[in-house]
Amino acid sequence: MSVTDIVFILTAIVTVGSAVVVVVSRSLIYSVFSLLFTFFGVAVLYVFLGADFLAGAQVLIYVGGILVLLLFGVMLTHRLYNLNLTTERFQPIAGTLIAAAVFASISLAAFKTKWKLVGEKELEPTTQQIGEAFLSSYLLPFEIASVLLLVALIGAAMLVRRRTDV
Amino acid sequence: MEYLREVLTQQVAGYDQLPEVLQIFLPMLLACLLCLGLVALVPLVAIWGERKVSAHMQDRLGPMRVGGWHGWAQTIADGVKLLLKEDIIPAQADRLLFKLAPLVVFAGGFAAFVVLPFGERFIVSDLNIGVLYIAAISSLGVVGIIMAGWASNNKYALFGGMRAAAQIVSYEIPTVLAILTVVIPVGSLSMQEIVRAQSGSVFNWFIFQPVTFLAFWVVYLGTLAEVNRTPFDIPEAESELVAGYHTEYSGMRFAFFFLAEYANMFLVSALATTLFLGGWHGPGFLPGPVWFILKAVALVFVQMWLRWTLPRLRVDQLMHVSWKVLLPISFLLVLAAGTLALMQEGAP
Amino acid sequence: MTLQFANVLVFLGVGALFIFVNLLIASLIRPSKYSEEKLIPYECGENPVGSPWIKFNIRFYVFALIFIIFDVEVAFLLPWAVVFKELGWIAFIEGLIFIAILVVGLAYVWAKGDLQWVRPEERYE
Repeated sequence: MSVTDIVFILTAIVTVGSAVVVVVSRSLIYSVFSLLFTFFGVAVLYVFLGADFLAGAQVLIYVGGILVLLLFGVMLTHRLYNLNLTTERFQPIAGTLIAAAVFASISLAAFKTKWKLVGEKELEPTTQQIGEAFLSSYLLPFEIASVLLLVALIGAAMLVRRRTDV
Repeated sequence: MEYLREVLTQQVAGYDQLPEVLQIFLPMLLACLLCLGLVALVPLVAIWGERKVSAHMQDRLGPMRVGGWHGWAQTIADGVKLLLKEDIIPAQADRLLFKLAPLVVFAGGFAAFVVLPFGERFIVSDLNIGVLYIAAISSLGVVGIIMAGWASNNKYALFGGMRAAAQIVSYEIPTVLAILTVVIPVGSLSMQEIVRAQSGSVFNWFIFQPVTFLAFWVVYLGTLAEVNRTPFDIPEAESELVAGYHTEYSGMRFAFFFLAEYANMFLVSALATTLFLGGWHGPGFLPGPVWFILKAVALVFVQMWLRWTLPRLRVDQLMHVSWKVLLPISFLLVLAAGTLALMQEGAP
Repeated sequence: MTLQFANVLVFLGVGALFIFVNLLIASLIRPSKYSEEKLIPYECGENPVGSPWIKFNIRFYVFALIFIIFDVEVAFLLPWAVVFKELGWIAFIEGLIFIAILVVGLAYVWAKGDLQWVRPEERYE
């Protein structure tokens, strides 16, 4: 087993382990903070796949953005510590079905994709390729992304305003 | 790091006989320890410097006794004092997160040193997403700061942490947008490529070019806010929040927040040096790394100077500056940089 | 390329180790005198009243939401800026449209007062 393998396995353990903590933790704040390790672990996995830009963007957006947003959201929650996080609904059949469907679709995607493997050949920087793709074959999606962001921005502003009204 | 490996192979007998893993790993570790030395040394000098600078600006002398010459050993004495201080974790605090927070803040700030180009061959690793990497890894600090504030179970600490986080994320957008004005003419995110694009005469430095000259001020202000320095220091406004997010920290745990703060001051100054002040370029009588560190230290000095010159902004003013002043300006700057690049290249 | 990124993990690891070693040294030589009063949250000598986990100003959340939108935008613009010189006019026009759409969003939240830290109450009507 090479060093790369060991690092990969450790990363995978940290990523999955912290994701499990997110789900089973009884304390909301612990769930959010263990997301830090999940997000960062995913970024390391991106590096293993040769997607350097994606790894950077993952940390920038998920750790720097989403996680901070979640933390601010948690801080808005009243009576954080005594919060009872268990739900009263228990739907084993529907839950199993949805979980199985998600698992099936993800594994299908994982097995069908032709991954670039580390070590096969020297990987190339991807930022330039992404930029070129944005401005050639994915020109329309690039612009639609900005419209999507605009809609999200206006929607977010509306939602928050409604909440303060009440 | 590649350079370090070359040197080791040439100078140390039998180095190429070592297992390959070690051959790769040892230079990495060595480069990392060199950076760690720098991160420990810079605050040592900078804290003493800041006390002297502030003292002289207020017509005082500052520390004069420890070590003899102008109290140069004051920070070392302070370090020893902090090492001997009792470690207090408040009874109500969340012990796990309380201990984890300084680690996240310090390791996040330290890891950003990977891409700092100290010289033509003195860089730990020239990642080709360099600029993005610095923006990304510094977001670990934000999470660490909220963690510290929340775990302390102290009103001032939590409020300081929240304010710091809101401030850092607000100023991140104009800063990165202003950095784009450099990325556009260079055509790369790599720190070394950015420095190389400024080679030749001093007038090739981006600070001496029209659009990037303005961008420099946006970046400088933005990074000043990101390291929570005056006039953007409301997260640790002594008069209202005691010490902000590290109010409850004592002894060595406090020392690490302090260390991280000064390391970050140096980091953002080094970033501005790389982007706008020509990095390690300079007249040949001094080697590149010396120029790089001198320029960065000069910018750190300006940060201190500002601290003792300007009053603190209010929270609402702070948000106003970021979202309603710097953000529109940086959008305009990006478009201006694009226009300039088109004019210079001759549109294809 | 993967090897270059290994440095990042080394730095994170050594940074953490540095803290552990220092805390270990400190724990060997520092005093530890237990006292109930030391463990009370510090509020300049007063005994704390109530929990610090108060309900925060919703403005924090609003700014974080707006921040994420622009953060994603920056992530889109970075590769755009890298290839700008190669592609010239196409890149410029595309970027112009992209930024213009988002400036509309900025103008919207600005005009609606969402970028104000202290919102006058009467605007909630």
